[in-house]
Formats: sequence, C-alpha cells, structure tokens
Amino acid sequence: MTLIEANGLTVRHGTQTVLDRVNMSVAPGEIVTIVGPNGSGKTSLLRALLGLTPSKGKVTRKAGLVVGYVPQKLALDPTLPLPVRTFLNLPKAHTADQIAAMLDRVGVPGIEARQVQDLSGGQLQRVLLARALLEHPDILILDEPTQGLDQMGEAGFYRLIEDVRRETGVAVLMVSHDLHVVMSASDRVICLNGHICCEGKPHVVQNAPEYRALFGHGTQGALALYQHAHDHDHDNGCGHEHSHDHHHNAPKDEVEHAG
Amino acid sequence: MLDDFLVRAALAGFGLSIATGPLGAFVVWRRLAYFGDATAHAAILGVALALIFSLPISLGTLLVALAMAGAISWMMAQGQSPDSGLGVLSFGALATGLVAISFVPDVRVDLSAYLFGDILTVTRSDLLLIWGGAGLVAAVIAWRWSKLLLSTLSPDLAAASGVHPNRESLVITVAIALVVAVSLKVVGALLVSAMLIIPATAARRVSSSPVQMVVASVLVSWAASGAGLWASLRLDTPAGPSIIVAAALIFVLTTGYRTFRNQSV
Repeated sequence: MTLIEANGLTVRHGTQTVLDRVNMSVAPGEIVTIVGPNGSGKTSLLRALLGLTPSKGKVTRKAGLVVGYVPQKLALDPTLPLPVRTFLNLPKAHTADQIAAMLDRVGVPGIEARQVQDLSGGQLQRVLLARALLEHPDILILDEPTQGLDQMGEAGFYRLIEDVRRETGVAVLMVSHDLHVVMSASDRVICLNGHICCEGKPHVVQNAPEYRALFGHGTQGALALYQHAHDHDHDNGCGHEHSHDHHHNAPKDEVEHAG
Repeated sequence: MLDDFLVRAALAGFGLSIATGPLGAFVVWRRLAYFGDATAHAAILGVALALIFSLPISLGTLLVALAMAGAISWMMAQGQSPDSGLGVLSFGALATGLVAISFVPDVRVDLSAYLFGDILTVTRSDLLLIWGGAGLVAAVIAWRWSKLLLSTLSPDLAAASGVHPNRESLVITVAIALVVAVSLKVVGALLVSAMLIIPATAARRVSSSPVQMVVASVLVSWAASGAGLWASLRLDTPAGPSIIVAAALIFVLTTGYRTFRNQSV
C-alpha cells in the first residue's frame, strides 16, 4: 500500500519538458528525499504530486490522505498582520494547549503572539512544520525546508524530522540539495534530473554512477553546485539507455534504474 | 425616525461599512486596489445600460460590474500584466459609460450623483438594498473566513489543505461587484474603491491580527461616515467626497500614531 504514487508523470513549462514520465511512490512511514541539481524538476515534482501544477500522467493518492505541506518560503504581504497563533489555526482551529505543545515540540515554544513577518528563517521553517503537523498528516511534503539555515540549523531540522517520524509514523517526502546532511536522514533517495536517474538507499545512490555523474566524484555529494546538461554521460559503468517504462538489472540490487 | 434624510444617510454609510470593512481588508491584502477601481468605473456603463433598457439602476450596475470583474479575472488568469490591461478596461468602461449616458433619451441625468454618490437622497428602499447587499457580503466573508484568509496568504498552502484558492478568489471578485452596485448611491463610482482601501489601510497601522484589522476598518468607516456627513451638513460640502476626506484624515492620524509609537519605543 502506498500513500501517494506517480505514474508516467510529465510536467511541461511552455515548450520545455521539466519532468519526463516519472514513476515514484511513497510508502507509509518512509523518509524519501529527492536530490538533483538546480532546474532538475524537484520542485515541479512536488507541486505535481500536490496538484499545484498541471501535469500529465497519473497521481494516485490513498483515499482520505492528509498532506502536511511545508513550502520553500512564505511570501507574506506586509499589509497583512499575522500572529503565529492565527497562522497555525488555518484552515482548522486548534486549542491553545495543542498549539503550545506543538510549538514546544518543534523547538520554538511560546511564540504564539509573535508576528510571522518578524520570525527568523529557522523559526519560520519550524512554524510551517508545526502548522503541517497540527493537521495530523499521513505524509509531510517539504520543499527545500532548510533553505537559508546554517549547517547547524540544517542538521537540527533534519534531526527533528527524523524524531517526528519516529514518534508519529508520518511519511516524509522532501526535496533538498544539501546532499551530505540530508542523506543520513533518508530511507530512500531519488536522484532526479528531469527523469529519475537512480534511486535506492542513500549509500547505494551515493555510489551509483548516475549520481556521480550529476554531483561529482569523491565528495560524498557535497559538490552539488555543478550544473550540467540534460545529456549527461551514462557510459561510466551503468550504460543504460534513455528509454522509459522498463527496468534494468541494476548493478547493485538496491539501485533501481527508472530512466 | 427614518423620515429624517440625515438618519437615512447615516444608516446608509454605516450599512455599507459592514461590507467595505472586511472586504477592504482583503482588497488590500490581495493588492486588488486597481481591480476594485476598474470594477467601480464599469458601474457607470451599467447605469447607462440600465437607463437605456429601463432596468433598475442597481441591477444594471451589478451585471456590468460582474462582467467587468469576470473579464479582469480572466485576463489575470491568462498571465497578462494586470496593470496596463486593467487601465484599458477601467477607463474604457468609464468613458463608454459616460458616452452612452449622453444617448439616454428625454432624461436629464444627474451624472455627478453616479460619479460621486448622493447619500443625502437615500430612500428607504435604497437602505434595504444597501443593508441587504452589505450584510450578505459580510456574512459570506465571516462564513468563509479561514479559507479566504489562507488562500490570501498562500494559494499553495490552501490548495495543499484541500481549499480551492480559485474559488475563494471568485468569492472576493463577486463580493467586490456586489459592493460596487450597492455603494454607488453612497459614494459614487469614482470613490467606491477609496471606501474599500482607505479605512483598511488606516486600520493596518493599529492592528496586529487580521480580525483586529477588519474590526478597526469597520470602525474607521463608521467614524468617516459620521464625520463626513457632519461636515457636509455644517460646511455644505458634497457628502460622498467628504466621507472619503474624513477617512483619509483618519489614515493620517493612525499613520502619525504609528510613527510616534515606533519612535518612542
């Protein structure tokens, strides 16, 4: 049983194909991380799964699925005064105790009366997470949740996500490009570049040639800044063709190539 | 008591305020000031068509305002820059309306009443229309409050929570058209959006939550209506513009208060 599943998901922006026939799914309680260079369609994939962007192909959600969405940022209009308490009560109201306990849980206790505009980047991310968790979601979907945080902040945030998963059993699907930090917290990593290059357990993906082709060698993925063209080289060791809807005998059994 | 024209005028202003307060807050938050202006300008075309086809004025203005709001929404959904397109629609409709009214046969139309309002001649049936329309708008906003607010601050968060942000936008659009139709008599087509924007903006300075801002916006509207009518009576100034001047003065006061408070901290 999967919570959310994409089959042949294709997204176009104008004439450009951002995502090409992507197949993926998330199972209950799983932490799945999507990595990929800028422009590889990570955010488009999340938005298509959430139904925020038009797409072709099929997205199947478990009936009654509750999604907790943590966006990349929240662009608030300065004309809108918004205390944290009010924000956390949208769209459904919660009791003051529930809100206090949740803010405490995500590490920003007692900020109910603060204006959302006045929060630091790290505080805002935790408030966004608190709002998502108050809905008791089956799955958390996070889009680059640690953007703007320093490395300590990043590590702390991912530890929080892992703890929350352990406590509540919520599944997590997130997008990231801080590879080295995010890898350790994930059950499964999907390496995306317009299509799924490879996926599997973090250490397996890190050693997969497709991943190395995207993120460089010997850096454990830390050199994620390297931009590359869509026709990256697959000949070094793996050699699959870019045809779709088929599976190969993977070089390692946990790596699945879904071109 | 309702026989007194001044009481009727005050009731008209107070009634309109219960819609323009909350709706004005959403207009400010969603940056729809120009949208409201264009919709209100279209009302003049509605007046002309109503006179030509012998329809009730408020029905004509409502229909044309709805059509205008729909056209602008469609244009914005096409991803066109709303700024210049809104200008074309807004002034196109206003000028067409002014020209069309000149074709109305046999009627000496008091154009300034439609452009600037004529609150001192509000009748009992006008009052019914104003309170009915404004009450409906206020009730709908109260009913959909959470969905409207979430869609306003982030359409993505709303959609992910199962709220349809486009539906909420439509609610605001229709509400603006309705308010334009019922407020024509009070402040006129040229000043309707002032009634939406100025009290809400003044309220922003003294509010720290959305509900506070809506309540403060209604209070500012009430104060402006009262002060404007008083000034109109004492100084023999036009009532509609006087109400807006009063609102603008309150805005200056709240801005000064905010600046003073920030400096003294």
